[in-house]
Parts: sequence; structure tokens; C-alpha cells
Amino acid sequence: MTPIGTPILAMDGVTVAYGERSIVDDVSLTVAAGHRLALVGPNGAGKSTLLRTLTGVLEPRQGTVRLRGIPIRTIDDRTVARTIAVVPELTQLPFAMPVHEVVALGRLPHDPPLSGLRGEDREAVESAMERVGVTDLRDRDARGLSMGERQLVFVAIALAQAAPILVLDEPTAHLDIRHQVVVMQLLADLNEADGRTVVAVLHDLALAANFFPRVAVMSGGRIVADGRPADTLDPGHIRSVFGVDPALVRMPVLSA
Amino acid sequence: MTARTIPGAIRRAGFAGRFRGRTTVIGLIGLGLLAVLMVVGVTVGSTQIGPADTLAVILHRLTGIDVGRTWSDATETIVWELRLPRVLTAAVVGAGLAIAGATFQGVVRNPLADPYVLGTSSGAALGAAIGILLPVSVVALQLGIVNLLAFVGAIAAALLVFRVGGAGRSGGMTRLLLTGYAVGSILAAFLTMAMYVSGTNLRTIFTFLLGGLGGASWERLLVAAPVILVACAAVVARARSLDGLLLGDSAARHFGIDVRRERGILLVLASMATAAAVAITGLIGFVGLVVPHVVRLLVGAPARRVLPISAIAGAILLVAADLVARMLGDIPVGVVMAMLGAPFFLVLLHQARTGYEL
Repeated sequence: MTPIGTPILAMDGVTVAYGERSIVDDVSLTVAAGHRLALVGPNGAGKSTLLRTLTGVLEPRQGTVRLRGIPIRTIDDRTVARTIAVVPELTQLPFAMPVHEVVALGRLPHDPPLSGLRGEDREAVESAMERVGVTDLRDRDARGLSMGERQLVFVAIALAQAAPILVLDEPTAHLDIRHQVVVMQLLADLNEADGRTVVAVLHDLALAANFFPRVAVMSGGRIVADGRPADTLDPGHIRSVFGVDPALVRMPVLSA
Repeated sequence: MTARTIPGAIRRAGFAGRFRGRTTVIGLIGLGLLAVLMVVGVTVGSTQIGPADTLAVILHRLTGIDVGRTWSDATETIVWELRLPRVLTAAVVGAGLAIAGATFQGVVRNPLADPYVLGTSSGAALGAAIGILLPVSVVALQLGIVNLLAFVGAIAAALLVFRVGGAGRSGGMTRLLLTGYAVGSILAAFLTMAMYVSGTNLRTIFTFLLGGLGGASWERLLVAAPVILVACAAVVARARSLDGLLLGDSAARHFGIDVRRERGILLVLASMATAAAVAITGLIGFVGLVVPHVVRLLVGAPARRVLPISAIAGAILLVAADLVARMLGDIPVGVVMAMLGAPFFLVLLHQARTGYEL
């Protein structure tokens, strides 16, 4: 395993473009093992594209993404999937399926192609559900879950994947305030107690500031600030990047 | 990751063990039922032949063992040359259509997909009809050409539907199904035209389109069965890719699955099975649509369980439907499937509380 503090995921001079338009423009970013990073920015800043490039799904036009120092495009897909777990977007399933079987999909990068789940797969599934606190949902049809429940189940899929890096794209987008805090606390806990590296794109600046020790701000395809939230989410940055009065962002329920 | 102890009770009640055991039991029961139905299928017809004679003839022909001849030459011909290839064709085609249906449903993430809805069957039918119209006198060659053109038609239709319909694009399901409908309509028009100009071949094509097992023979079976069986086995071997696609393309990608490649391979395999089935039995609907649904009610959604059980269930369904068709005076089995399958599907849709939304 990568020792805590050494770079586990790094991008160097990465540019991603569709046609003429650069979505990500010459970005360099390093994530150390065992750290957690929030990526914020206005719509269209290139956050999701950056995340897809960082996880090896999107090939950059320029620059390299390295996983543990090795260029990610030279690593085979299954190995990447065993190292980086991306919480799936909240899609609806096409067929009725109990929660534990949905969580078991996270074992796909591990299990042998033909046989079903082995004992260790089953244990990983059960402990992922327990870790997230959805064990009591295990036999429910995943299609009947609330958005909050579904988000937790989808985090459990990524945990079952048993990868040292956890990546999330707006995990709180459709959630009520309680579930937002539950997910944020879970991420903090997975990082601090379990030592997982966490990278999340967040919409909500207050959540990012309260739950992440490091916040990178993206704007126009570039990272314009990167560091402690007290520095990167200062009123000046918020006003210039998001174009809103910072007083509106500090919600009373979280600023305590 | 923290090592957390899992209560032994949960582990013992482990779903995989329970479900795997259940799937095996259902599979074995299904195979037993299929064997019984196939024997019944050989015995029943205008000439009744007892199960003992049936099995004796088959044993004799397969192994050459002298089991003490108690049957007439006519009996042997009926069992070996007519009914056995017919029943085996029904089983192989049923299995192939069911696997193709389950594959299409998984690949496009839509429970309404099947070789018909996506135009693949129509493409195969048009190709096969053209093959029938071609003036080729050598039977084996003609069979090969019909199969080949059916495959070309199926693949062309599938490619067109998926290229225009854009599988995997977000919100593309309605678009994909509409594309399938449009392509199916175009192919149906060409098929009608082919029938219009076919002259003396009209009846052949018409009978073919109705979907029937009356023309089953060892030659036809030996041309199509290997294609269907190989395609089915290859799909079953890729079940994990289908499982990965359950949560959508990007999730599958993050599970380490090469989505574009796997989807392409699965579509070609499902089209192969469909084409070979259509080439020997014409258009038999509803097997690919209904069977995977019933199987999912029995064993759950994961493809690793759905695919093998679907193959068995599809074989059972078509052998049984053929039996019914013959008892009703040898009407086309496609008609029986439509008359049984469509109402059954309506009941399924009506009762499904979980909802089959698009």
C-alpha cells in the first residue's frame, strides 16, 4: 500500500478538449495517499471532466495522469478499478434487484469471470453495507429506495470495490440536508478512520468548507485556488469565481 | 480498510449461497422438465408412439446398441427423421431466442428490448427471405446462404438501430426503441415487397414468416445449432459485462469493463443467435421478451443466473408451444407463441408492482 502522505494520484499539465474547446486547461494536481480533497467551482468549470480524466476514463489531449507514479493509461482497466472506486451516478436500475445484489456489483473488478461471488466477496459486500449503515435495507428492492438511501447504497458499492481511493461526483446533489451531512460525515470517517483517499466534486461550498481539509477551486478549466478552505474559499475568491455575495453561502446550520 | 467482524448468522444466511443453491435447483428442475417434454414431444402426433419405443429408437440410433427391435420402420422414420429433429430444433431455437432477448435487455438496459423490438429479427427475416428467393438448387448451399443472409440482415439492422438510436446515451432509451420501430418498419416494407415479387415462392416465404417448426430437419438443425450454441455459450461467458452495465455505461467503465467493446461483442453474439434461429424457424416472437422476465422473477436480475436459466426456460417454452401447435392441428408455432405470450406479458405488466418504467 502507498504510505500516507506520498502522492497516489497526480495529474501533470493535463489538457482535455472536445474539438477546439478546452474543458480542462493545463491542470496539475496531486493527491496524497490518505488525504481528502474537495473540488468546487461553478457549472461548466470542468470539474466532472477533470474527475473523469483523473480516474482514467477520459484520455487527456496533453499531460499525464499517474496512479502511484505509473501513467494510468498503461494500467489495465481491472487494476485501475481495484485501486480507484468511483461512486456511480444515481441511475435507476432497469430491473428489480435487492440492495445486497446491487452492492455486490462493486465486486466485479475482483471476482473471477465465470464463478459467482466467493466468500471474501460476500464478506466485502456485507461489511460495506454495515460500514455505510444500510444493512437493514439489504433485501429491499433498490428501485424503491429514497434518494438519500440510494446514495448511501451507491457509496456501499464503491466500498465493496475495496479500493484505496474513493471518488465521488456531487454525492449530495439530490439529498436533503440531513442526508447531505450523513454522507459528508461518512466520507470524513472513511478518510480519517479507514485511511481511504477521498476526492469529491461538491456543489455546496459550505459542505466543502466544513468537511474537507483541502478544497480546490476550479474556474474556466483551471484550478484557481488550492489549499485550506479558509484560504481558497475566502470572500474574494467566492465573489470572483462564483459571482455571488459570500454571505449567502455561509448557511447558519453549518457555520457553527 | 478496517477489518470488521461479520456476524456468523449473516454469513450463513449469505445471499449468494442461498441464491446460488436456488438457481442450481431451478436449473436442474428445468432440465428434467425439458427432458420429459422432449420425450413427450417425440411421442405425440398423428401417429402415437409410446415413450418406451421412442427412447429405444433414439438409443438404438445414437449408440447402435441392439435393444431388441419392437418397432416398425415407419416408427423409426417418424421418431428419428421427423420428430426428433423438430423437438431438438424447438429446444435450441428457444434457448437461443431467450438468451438473445436477455442479452438485448441487458445491453440496452431496458426490459422492453428483444430481437423484435430492436429490428434484429426483421433484418434476419428479410435476409432469409432473399436467400429463399435466390435460385440455388443445392440444398446445403441454399441453407448456408439463407443463414448467412439472415445473419447479415440481423447485424445490419442491429448496427443501424444502435448507430442511429445511440445506445448508452443518457435518455436515449425512448430514442432507441423508436429507432428500432422505424428500422423494423422499413425492413417489413422490403419484406412485403420481396413477397410481392416472389411469385411461386410466396407460400414458402409466407410459411417461413409465420414461424414454424414443420420444416425442421437434421440438415437445418446441423447448420444452425452450432451457431446458436456457440453464441449462447459466449454470451454466458460474458455475463459479468452484462452485470456491469446494470448501473449504466460510466459505472461499468469504472468497474474496469471496456463498455464499447463488450457491448459490440454482446450485440454481435445476440444477433448471431437471433439470425440462426430465424433462418431455420422463421419469426417466432415473445420467447426473447417473456422468458427473461419470468426467469428474473425466479432467480433475480444478475446475468450470471439469468442467462443459463433463460436458455433452459426458452427451450422448455418453445418445445411446449410446439407440442400445443401440433395438437391444434399443426398450426405455426409462432401463432401459438403470440397467442400465449402476448396475453401472458400483459398480465405480467399489469401485476408488476415494481413498475417497468421506460
